[in-house]
Amino acid sequence: MPEFPNLAVNFAGGIRSPNPFWLASAPPTNCGEQVMRAFDAGWGGAVWKTIGEPVVNVSSRYSSIDWNGQRMMGLNNIELISDRPVEVNLREIYEVKKRYPNHAVIASLMVESKREAWHDIVARSEDAGADGLELNFGCPHGMSERGMGSAVGQVPQYTEMITGWVKEKARTPVLVKLTPNITDIRTVARAAKRGGADGLSAINTINSITGIDLDTLAPRPNVDGFSSHGGYCGPAVKPIALNMVQQVQSDPESQLPLSGIGGVGTWKDAAEFILLGCGTVQVCTAAMHYGYRIVEDMIDGLENWMRRKGYVTIEDFRGLSLPHVREWKNLNLNYKIVARIHEDKCIGCDLCYTACWDGAHQCIHLDRVSGVRNGHVEAHTKPAEVEATSRAKITVTPIAKLDKVAANSQNVEPYATPLARIPRVDETECVGCNLCALVCPVENCITMEQVENGLAPQSWEERTAVVAGIEKSC
Amino acid sequence: MQSVFQQHPEVVARFPDLHPPLTAQSAVIEANRCLYCFDAPCTGACPTHIDVPRFIKKIANENLRGSALTILDANILGASCSHVCPVQVLCEGACVMHHKHESPIKIALLQRHAMDAFYASGAVLPKTSAERRNGKIACIGAGPASLACAAELRQRGYDVTVFDRHPLPGGLNTYGVAEYKLPTEDSLREIELVGSLGVDFQFGTEIAGEAAFAKLEEEFDAIFLGPGLGAMHRLNIPGGNHPAVVDALAFIAGYKTAGKLAVGRRVVVVGAGNTAIDAANAAKRLGAEEVQILYRRAETHMPAFGFEYEHAKQEGVRFLWQTQPIAIHADTDGELRSIECLRVELAQDGTPRSITGSNFHIECDMVVPAIGQSPLFDLLAECYGVRVEHGRVVVDRVTGQTSNPKYFAGGDCVNGGREVVDAVADGKRAAVGIAKTLEAAHA
Repeated sequence: MPEFPNLAVNFAGGIRSPNPFWLASAPPTNCGEQVMRAFDAGWGGAVWKTIGEPVVNVSSRYSSIDWNGQRMMGLNNIELISDRPVEVNLREIYEVKKRYPNHAVIASLMVESKREAWHDIVARSEDAGADGLELNFGCPHGMSERGMGSAVGQVPQYTEMITGWVKEKARTPVLVKLTPNITDIRTVARAAKRGGADGLSAINTINSITGIDLDTLAPRPNVDGFSSHGGYCGPAVKPIALNMVQQVQSDPESQLPLSGIGGVGTWKDAAEFILLGCGTVQVCTAAMHYGYRIVEDMIDGLENWMRRKGYVTIEDFRGLSLPHVREWKNLNLNYKIVARIHEDKCIGCDLCYTACWDGAHQCIHLDRVSGVRNGHVEAHTKPAEVEATSRAKITVTPIAKLDKVAANSQNVEPYATPLARIPRVDETECVGCNLCALVCPVENCITMEQVENGLAPQSWEERTAVVAGIEKSC
Repeated sequence: MQSVFQQHPEVVARFPDLHPPLTAQSAVIEANRCLYCFDAPCTGACPTHIDVPRFIKKIANENLRGSALTILDANILGASCSHVCPVQVLCEGACVMHHKHESPIKIALLQRHAMDAFYASGAVLPKTSAERRNGKIACIGAGPASLACAAELRQRGYDVTVFDRHPLPGGLNTYGVAEYKLPTEDSLREIELVGSLGVDFQFGTEIAGEAAFAKLEEEFDAIFLGPGLGAMHRLNIPGGNHPAVVDALAFIAGYKTAGKLAVGRRVVVVGAGNTAIDAANAAKRLGAEEVQILYRRAETHMPAFGFEYEHAKQEGVRFLWQTQPIAIHADTDGELRSIECLRVELAQDGTPRSITGSNFHIECDMVVPAIGQSPLFDLLAECYGVRVEHGRVVVDRVTGQTSNPKYFAGGDCVNGGREVVDAVADGKRAAVGIAKTLEAAHA
């Protein structure tokens, strides 16, 4: 039995927490009472709702995207930073740290772009007992109109300058929270690093309009008939966040301890962020959706996976997926896979068939009964003809009393699904795109299998170098 | 055409919806479960080939009108079919979810959801081609087959007149379907939709006698026969004429459309088909203390659908297998007292043989025979040149045309007594066939 995993982390040069699961700076960390309940539920750390000069918020603040009957695939908010006085927030940080000395409390900060203002808030936060500081250079709505938040994070010079001011004063680790609302996130990550940041948090929310009410024609969330662009987060943004995390972690000029944010809701999400180099992860939408209790399975699931994989600490697997990300030009052009449909698992929905015909390369056919034929699209019956044939059939309700004769003439089918409905892959035409396997609703019914072609690996870069070499030698 | 029919409040109270409708949100969630199969098996299994995934996707996308019109395009009686179809052996039975060991998509409830929304929003069909076509068609019977035929022809621009001897239209949809499946008022509401297309209805008009048909042939370019089946078979045993012996269809029509709610205290239903079960359940709901179904053969031979059998057991109906009624007895006051039966043994091949001397009596005060309907021999004999075999009108399955090219037919008189959806499919195919014939004639 492998050693029991230890999830404790020591992040960015001194922020310690019993596990890598932090609540992101957001409504779940609005006040001390909440943060203490979160710690009781199992969260390792909390980044306080951003502290600054109190704001006035609007009523109607969130909107979301539902998908196929599932709620909140993506969440959007137009809420600003904390609307509570600075001293109230700081007093509560003090109280939380007194009661929970082993948990991480990070003060998220946003003040006017003046050196004195930053020096003041840094000193007061650290006096209150914060374990670290997170500079909110990412908030994309409202605050940016006042020259703060992403207005800073979108300009590398400002980021570097303010990070520098903070570092002049700070005794605890300083994290810079990056906005994704920028062409290349690395330009700001590099600026933060030049400014002396001890770590980064990424990503903040993405500028969004989630949707429009088709009756009132006003976008959501509706504030008295009007809306404003907000910050998008939740499961929908995870792939974007993972890409940006990978970009930052693979760039030596950006690379710093990174707290991963963006659609983390389960232990699997967390493991993926850590595999791309994150030291901790921050969670908001999932906690807003289901409450603090979700952390229980994040801990349990991650521990079980670590035991299965033989990892004892977070450091054992942190960043292990980074070497698996290459530039496209370095991928092997001679790697060949094709789709295989496992007849015994097929339920006959034929989604792979329609996907391949309309969305891919016309190499899946319904010809097991009518006669197997390989080859180009011209050789095959088209989807519209297949449908027309079905619609022309006369069907009746089976009534035992009236159908006595038909009962004997049943064909013996080799699989549970009629053979005529089990699609077939023409491997001579299949390009191995994966689409059929992606749309198939049955696990492992379509597998992508490697075809040995006897060719040595060769990347685009290598292939073009060979071609260039030939041209040169001519 | 405005229906003035109002259901008896006692019937409304005693026959609540068997399957309560979906809420808007649960409909969207259920709709999203649908995989949206290509050339979907559910569509293939539906006799009217409703494009099921298409209408379900439209529910998921909150396009309820589009969803309803998708249904109606294939099946003008989409609302009643969503209530009465034996979906377990049709669309839902064909759902690929069964192969995933998941419950099938609730197609019937989703279809009903779309249709309810359609009727709630005023039941306005899109304007079809304003082109009037030359051709007058008579439809005999106002049941599902004729309604489907009439609606299709009307939408294609033909003049259609529907004749029915009953005061209300709808055939078995109105008179014969258990009220907890399809309320009479819903059946009538649906026929108003057909009326709104401009179909002319002649109720209480029986077409009988060769002269009547000759006149019809003179007046109309084509005649569609959708009269259904004839009277129910009588229980041909001593005492079978007793006034407390009421055939199942008369009993059902009585409570559904004529306010006849009286029922015996102890009721015996003879036969174990779907109509027998509808009658037995109705007797239970109308207050009978004890309802028993007698069937000559065994449980495995029962012609009723399995789900109907389960439902009847839940209603508290008892089943007596291998039981053959031989006489109905009344007391000295003439009141029905009992039904005398013989036990039946079954040969290897299932052939029943009653056992001599095994006589026993079941006390009861009402007997409901449900042993099938006879064909409408008289009426069919009056249609010149229309071939009938084994009591069924012989048609070309694709066009519905009979051996007399002027006559087309569909529904129970052709298929021997299947479901509403089969009648609708027959009627629609015949309409297409009629239109083609008329077009060719006028070309």
